[in-house]
Amino acid sequence: MKPAPFKYYAPTTVEEALAHLAEYGYDAKVLAGGQSLIPMLNFRLAQPSVLVDLNNVSELFYIRPDENGGLLLGAMTRQRQVEHDPLVAERAPLIHEVMPQIAYPQIRSRGTFGGSLAHADPSAELVAVNMALNARFRLRSQAGERWVPADEFFVGLFTTVLEPDELLVEVALPAMLPRSGWAFLQITRRHHDFCIAGVAVLVTLDDKDQCEQARLVFLSVGDGPVNARQAAEMLVGQTPTPEAIRAAAEKAASDEIDPGSDIHASAEYRRHLAKVLARRALTQAFDRARGG
Amino acid sequence: MSDLFTVAVTVNGTQYERTVEPRLLLSDFLRHELGLTGTHVGCEHGVCGACTVLFDGVPARSCLMFAVQANGHEILTVEGLGTPENLHPLQEAFWEAHGAQCGFCTPGFLMTLVPFLEENPNPTEEEIREAISGNLCRCTGYQHIVDAVTLAAEKVRT
Repeated sequence: MKPAPFKYYAPTTVEEALAHLAEYGYDAKVLAGGQSLIPMLNFRLAQPSVLVDLNNVSELFYIRPDENGGLLLGAMTRQRQVEHDPLVAERAPLIHEVMPQIAYPQIRSRGTFGGSLAHADPSAELVAVNMALNARFRLRSQAGERWVPADEFFVGLFTTVLEPDELLVEVALPAMLPRSGWAFLQITRRHHDFCIAGVAVLVTLDDKDQCEQARLVFLSVGDGPVNARQAAEMLVGQTPTPEAIRAAAEKAASDEIDPGSDIHASAEYRRHLAKVLARRALTQAFDRARGG
Repeated sequence: MSDLFTVAVTVNGTQYERTVEPRLLLSDFLRHELGLTGTHVGCEHGVCGACTVLFDGVPARSCLMFAVQANGHEILTVEGLGTPENLHPLQEAFWEAHGAQCGFCTPGFLMTLVPFLEENPNPTEEEIREAISGNLCRCTGYQHIVDAVTLAAEKVRT
């Protein structure tokens, strides 16, 4: 199949891109890396009348340190670049660990960091990981800009708070606190296929080796990323013993996720995987926190 | 009918200029506009890897790009790799280790593996399998392909 005709714009600045979005509204679609959008165009599952291609907007391609020990990533930064960037490895080890697991090398050559977030596929690694890391997203429109935390950005299946005239331009990753540990685990039919169930974890220990903060975000078990707040609360203030970890993983898997059934896995199987993965990921994350 | 755009692109060292619709996929541009039919089209949704080319030196799916996006860029397709008289070491190794069966997927494998071997001249079997995870061979000849890559790595090293 081939895409239906569309009007094509390839702006070179954000200002210009925003003007096109303001003009065409819901008729326009933003083209970032295109690794999810172009398949949908090829199959004519999507037939936008206007495409606004960001690939020439050079101001959106960057990885920068921020002064607080965190990172700023331009929305168009290629996944391949994030994967190989030493600053990302140092300041956002969870992102560094996840990057090679995203799709295939050829997809990461074109796919972008921000594109994956704006697409909001509930099985996307970057969606869950950015939420686990408490990332904040800078959205711009002609009317101005706003910062939205990951917890509020994703609102459902392939749906975010982005208005049709708004563009995700930047992602801010906060600095990792001392004594933090992280983990990302997922189950796929084959390496790099879409995830059946997965979880991203970030934990911080206090000086008594008790859990000070915990974030536990699941992918592929709901309409969007699932932030298991109750399970995280069960751990905060506790010593993360195997029993405490097991109880939190069970809480998340039985009460907080809402997996569906499809050709790849039943809801029941996904729930089982979520529980096992959460237990393993929490164990790994707390081990790393103790070591660091 | 959408507007037409001029695409000036370098493919395998040769400059081309064509006027195309923006919806024309890069894979179709290479095949139908430039006559470079070595780039194969399998699934057209980014799963099979048969259309892999080097875009500014990195492997990319040409079915998931528009020809207009190649304006001002450089592409290497399988036609630019070697000639029948003077095969690329990877092509030679595919031949010797029976890495090509029906041959449909082969150009995509080659274009994925050329940069991989440049970055990693001494790969383990697991790394090779990881590198070709985005390419499908429906003759299921993966073992021969892995053997071919190992052989190619040896050839390049010696």
